[in-house]
Amino acid sequence: MKALLVAEYRDGQLLASSYELVAFAQELGADSAMFLVGSDSALPQYDGTLHLADSGKYSEFNPAVHKQLLLDVIAKEQPEMVVFSHSSYGWDLAPRISLALGAAHASEVVEIVDGVPVVPVCNAKLRRQISAKTDQIVVTLQSGAFGLSSDPVGTPTVEKIDTDTAAQVEFGGYEEAEAGGVDLSKAEVIVSAGRGIGKPENLTIIEDLARALKGEYGASRPVVDSEWVDHSRQVGSTGQTVSPKLYVACGISGAIQHLAGMKKSEYVIAINTDKDAPIGEVADVLVVADLKEFVPALTAKLTA
Amino acid sequence: MKILVCIKQVPDMESKFKIAGDATWYDSGDLAWRMNEYDEYAVEQAVQLKSQVGDADLTVLCIGPQRVQETMKKALAMGCDRGVHIADDEPFKKDPFEIASIIAEFATDKKFDMIFTGMQSQDRGSAQVGILVAELLNIPSISTVVDFAFADGKVSAKRELEGGIKALVSCATPALVTCQLGMNTPRYPTLPNIMKAKRKELLSFPAADLLKVEGKQETAKVYFPEKKGGGLVLEGAAGDLADQLIQILKEKTAVLA
Ligand SMILES: Cc1cc2nc3c(=O)[nH]c(=O)nc-3n(C[C@H](O)[C@H](O)[C@H](O)COP(=O)(O)OP(=O)(O)OC[C@H]3O[C@@H](n4cnc5c(N)ncnc54)[C@H](O)[C@@H]3O)c2cc1C
Ligand SMILES: Nc1ncnc2c1ncn2[C@@H]1O[C@H](COP(=O)(O)O)[C@@H](O)[C@H]1O
Repeated sequence: MKALLVAEYRDGQLLASSYELVAFAQELGADSAMFLVGSDSALPQYDGTLHLADSGKYSEFNPAVHKQLLLDVIAKEQPEMVVFSHSSYGWDLAPRISLALGAAHASEVVEIVDGVPVVPVCNAKLRRQISAKTDQIVVTLQSGAFGLSSDPVGTPTVEKIDTDTAAQVEFGGYEEAEAGGVDLSKAEVIVSAGRGIGKPENLTIIEDLARALKGEYGASRPVVDSEWVDHSRQVGSTGQTVSPKLYVACGISGAIQHLAGMKKSEYVIAINTDKDAPIGEVADVLVVADLKEFVPALTAKLTA
Repeated sequence: MKILVCIKQVPDMESKFKIAGDATWYDSGDLAWRMNEYDEYAVEQAVQLKSQVGDADLTVLCIGPQRVQETMKKALAMGCDRGVHIADDEPFKKDPFEIASIIAEFATDKKFDMIFTGMQSQDRGSAQVGILVAELLNIPSISTVVDFAFADGKVSAKRELEGGIKALVSCATPALVTCQLGMNTPRYPTLPNIMKAKRKELLSFPAADLLKVEGKQETAKVYFPEKKGGGLVLEGAAGDLADQLIQILKEKTAVLA
């Protein structure tokens, strides 16, 4: 089998997540080639053909043009599988490609079982196997689901590619995440509030527990989106990545984008009314309880 | 200006799910249904755009069984002008390409200037339908938008990337954007608006009228993941649980030292 790996590039850098695609191809025992809109100055460490377009010329975000560049390479390489990261770049470009190819398309693949991609359903409470009715298939891989066991090595054989397709959107550069606020990456204990806190007034019980444990408090995205907590305290793929000695997740379901930010924590305690919440998968201890009762009780005993 | 917003009805994710008989989806009995969270932002943005431009007509579309009309009424109460219910008792049997083709077939001769969808649905979560609709209609699309502005026939949007970085992107209309969490603050429908919504037009016709393609994939199997974690599960009275947890913290971590 042959897989075409769509590597990613941002702000002049190759994204390390591109190596997850290499690991995936290796796990499948597939031959591979790589596609990248990037530059000569930041080539992947990869033994194989790299079809390289110049991001200076085609921009780092330009779906219609990247689509055509990629379709030209697909026509040449004839891969059975086109592989993306399930990332802001991948989930944007992949449907454009699957539609143009008339190919099946599995999003956020976590594993391949007997050649069939498996994806999460319902906030990862369920799994689904997708069987393609087409010869070609497009997949996007869940971040972190596949990884190389050692550092990447190799030097690609670069083939330059070009197109004269017109752009449909104009990319005007990046805006950095707001700086300032707290740096949770150095905290040894983090107590995080999720949507399960119910209302902003309940944030104090999370802050009180954080104080009792001499730590910081953090939050999941809905709590930040509701403006109950500053964005600098958001943990997850679009917030901070933390690795405390102790992480206490209060009323957090455990969506993959939240786990991405906290799964390197040494010890995880989850407090949740739902015994089946996916956070249970990564928690060392799952306390099945209403946080409004349990958290104040715990704080009281810790400070007694 | 003509605006379309596509919404999906999904179960509450805190539900206790059961697998359906043929094991290709979850059992739809005993579930509480609501609007897909991402689509609430899409509806809100569409309503805001309508009030910004004044002279606008806003259609909300949903593919699903009869019960989705309840969710559509919420969108009407939030400010959509009319509802288009595309009736399908088992929409989960259609793949994202088929769902998108139905929407595109409906939209093709309607000349919508702006289309809003959610970035992904909470149950299937393919993150494909919005972009596929735009590609089928051959209009530009911007996905994962957290900030949207419209002026002089042009969309200026911020796409959210990993780490919370944003990409500034603009395009001409007609266009489609897929809405990410936190894009705005979805309004709660007021009682007078809920009453008004009851009188708004809500058309319904079968999906088969619009489906002209064949799916590319099907679900082989839906199942519960194996529990790998195997962490300790504590249940009981809050006070006892607190004592147990403090004991565990003392034994397993250094944080209470
Ligand atoms: C591209 C992208 C990026 C994202 N980035 C992030 C990110 O950086 N960080 C992030 O957190 N999310 C992120 N998300 C959102 C993520 O997918 C989830 O929607 C979010 O993490 C859910 O937050 P939550 O667990 O607090 O809320 P929910 O999923 O609503 O869970 C609430 C939980 O609280 C429990 N609960 C309710 N009441 C109580 C009670 N009284 N006591 C105890 N438990 C209770 C419920 O059982 C439930 O498990 C992102 C999503 C996307 C698509
Ligand atoms: N059955 C449906 N009816 C109407 N819109 C839908 C339907 N399914 C998906 N969508 C739209 O497509 C978006 C992405 O869905 P998905 O590709 O399933 O993740 C959703 O947020 C909706 O806006």
